[in-house]
Amino acid sequence: MNAQLQPTGSAYFITKETEAAETHTLAILVDNEPGVLARVIGLFSGRGYNIDSLTVSETEHERHLSRITIVTRGTGHVLEQIKHQLERIVPVHRVVDLSVVADERGHDRPMERELALVKVRGEGDNRVEALRLADAFRAQVIDANTEHFIFEITGRVSKIEQFIAIMKPLGLVEVCRTGVAAMNRGPDGM
Amino acid sequence: MNKAVSEPAADMSAHQEMTGAEIVVQALKDNGVENIFGYPGGAVLPIYDELFQQEEVRHILVRHEQGAGHAAEGYARATGKAGVMLVTSGPGATNAVTPLQDALMDSIPLVCISGQVPTALIGSDAFQECDTVGITRPCTKHNWLVKDVNQLASIIHEAFHVATTGRPGPVVVDIPKDIQFAKGTYTPPQTAPRTSYHPQEQGDINQIKAAIELMAHAKKPVIYSGGGVVNAGPEASHLLRELVELTGFPITSTLMGLGAYPASGDNWLGMLGMHGTYEANMAMHDCDVMLCIGARFDDRITGRLDAFSPNSRKIHIDIDPSSINKNVRVDVPIIGDAGRILEDLVRLWRATTKADRSALKPWWTQIDIWRARDSLAYRPNDDVIMPQYAIQRLYELTRDRDVYVTTEVGQHQMWAAQHFGFEAPNRWMTSGGLGTMGYGLPAALGVQIAHPDALVVDIAGDASVQMTIQEMSAAVQHNAPIKIFILNNQYMGMVRQWQQLLHGNRLSHSYTEAMPDFVKLAEAYGCHGIMCDKPAALDDAIREMIEVNKPVIFDCRVAALANCFPMIPSGKAHNEMLLPDEASDDVVANAIDEKGRQLV
Repeated sequence: MNAQLQPTGSAYFITKETEAAETHTLAILVDNEPGVLARVIGLFSGRGYNIDSLTVSETEHERHLSRITIVTRGTGHVLEQIKHQLERIVPVHRVVDLSVVADERGHDRPMERELALVKVRGEGDNRVEALRLADAFRAQVIDANTEHFIFEITGRVSKIEQFIAIMKPLGLVEVCRTGVAAMNRGPDGM
Repeated sequence: MNKAVSEPAADMSAHQEMTGAEIVVQALKDNGVENIFGYPGGAVLPIYDELFQQEEVRHILVRHEQGAGHAAEGYARATGKAGVMLVTSGPGATNAVTPLQDALMDSIPLVCISGQVPTALIGSDAFQECDTVGITRPCTKHNWLVKDVNQLASIIHEAFHVATTGRPGPVVVDIPKDIQFAKGTYTPPQTAPRTSYHPQEQGDINQIKAAIELMAHAKKPVIYSGGGVVNAGPEASHLLRELVELTGFPITSTLMGLGAYPASGDNWLGMLGMHGTYEANMAMHDCDVMLCIGARFDDRITGRLDAFSPNSRKIHIDIDPSSINKNVRVDVPIIGDAGRILEDLVRLWRATTKADRSALKPWWTQIDIWRARDSLAYRPNDDVIMPQYAIQRLYELTRDRDVYVTTEVGQHQMWAAQHFGFEAPNRWMTSGGLGTMGYGLPAALGVQIAHPDALVVDIAGDASVQMTIQEMSAAVQHNAPIKIFILNNQYMGMVRQWQQLLHGNRLSHSYTEAMPDFVKLAEAYGCHGIMCDKPAALDDAIREMIEVNKPVIFDCRVAALANCFPMIPSGKAHNEMLLPDEASDDVVANAIDEKGRQLV
């Protein structure tokens, strides 16, 4: 009651976040119509959520449905909010937190794969070494001449990160990555 | 939400060739629209041409698109129907942004139809072009850019459906000018809307049973209701009253929920929150079971979150799943329409619970002690009109009338919420979430258009009212005898109050010099002007305001330095309220320490 007794915060009371942030992968099924991606990413920027990776393409042509895969980071509370906020968007059909489902099914995490195109330019030993390592990583050569290779590599994010790091001293020129595509193990759909 | 859809004139309009502009007007009729608020411009001229050639849909010409939006909001809140606004492209659409965000935050069904430059010019920086769907995406529930005239009718029908169902909100339909001219097929309102949109209306019965269980064993319960009950329609308010009657629980409400339970009711604690009553906030803090119905634990309600109602089990009824656990963790969430769930609660309570009012007796005794603190008291004054007194007199002198009240934003708004007693829902329109100064005057216009014979009063502040004062001209044009009751203290009172609390009483730019003569201003608009600065003359002046059958601007000169109490100061909990008799200058100046000041 006595206003002077207590230490004070603010009318906008900001509680310290004590929960640890986790990384989760969301699958979002949406009507493929103009502006739908802007609605989804606008929600993330507008409400201050993170996007680590984003992948989108139409997956069911007859029903014009697209599947958006977003890797995001947040506390459990924030992740729950993200899911509910996404579900409010009118053209959003379903939102599944694949990481939660994986956990419920006793798996470590969902199946996640990414594809990268990696251009490496070099001569002599570096060139031989790049090709040898690409083989070890099961990367395909999809374009080459005497000065360069373009490798196509698919795999987990960590594998791709590692491959890019190794190629750096061997003449890495440019990288293009698709972002994560993900689904859960087992016979059931999302 | 009530959804008023008139029977489409099936043979006349179904699957008929029309121009886009004809489709717009036909779709408005088929969705039960009688009044729209708008302002013409190049990109909507074909629609205006259609409006000119018919009489079913009445168009209210405003003086600024923001006014059209707030008028439509006022209309929506006073009727339970969607409010409709019509604006042109570019500046017309950008001026609509404030009411759209206002409607989004207060869950008001608002349909905005905007013109757009012709399809072929979109993206070319054409005259009066703006990316309307881009700009309004975050401040609408959904929006559409129409690119095919054959989809226009179904998009407008869907827009009304989305705006009025689930958690109501604003929508925008952006129509390029070539689409308005193009011929296409009209389709009547569809029965099966898109599959991705399906708000849950019925509550989970097991959760409702769990709620009944908690309520039945509560020793210190409180009901905290909000705007969701009003939005759920008059029947929901009726059921709320029945539930309070059955359970004997005390009830408080948010700013948006006033009127759902009558202020004269025995169990009424008054409004809660930052400027709520002592008894309401103390009951929230000390309760053991909290039943939240259609409210969202807004920061103006909760105060300090980590000290918010620490010992209660919380039941939260909301139609929007994202409201659950957003700010406050709850024990029993129930997703669905407040009216439907109240119906279940009332039915199950009747069937299963033996009323044992005696268990609540100690709780009511405690509440009576808090009530006796008389937290809304103020020091009366014979020489100067106290703002609280002005509201009280306005309330007393209008009690026997069919009265609707709107407000602007600031101290006057809080005093109105504290001192004007609302007995019914849909009688109180105020900007809660967004806190839009300038809301009340155009909102009053919208209410008066909906209820031509009612007494509609905008309780205003001298600063807020000047933000949309130009709509007096619209009120005169449309014979809307709205009463603008200005509590004139020459300050932005709430800004000044916060400067006193937080910034060492340095009143930076919160004093309005060169205040207009409101009486002359009224006369200039063709309204009736009244000035009153003596408490003894106030009653007669208010009676004059009521009796005059035209728009009135009432310049009520009130005590300049009065502040709004009780108040939960920045970052305090519900049980740390600053009460009026404790609020000496020194206490006010020191209520918030250095650290708190930096945070605001």
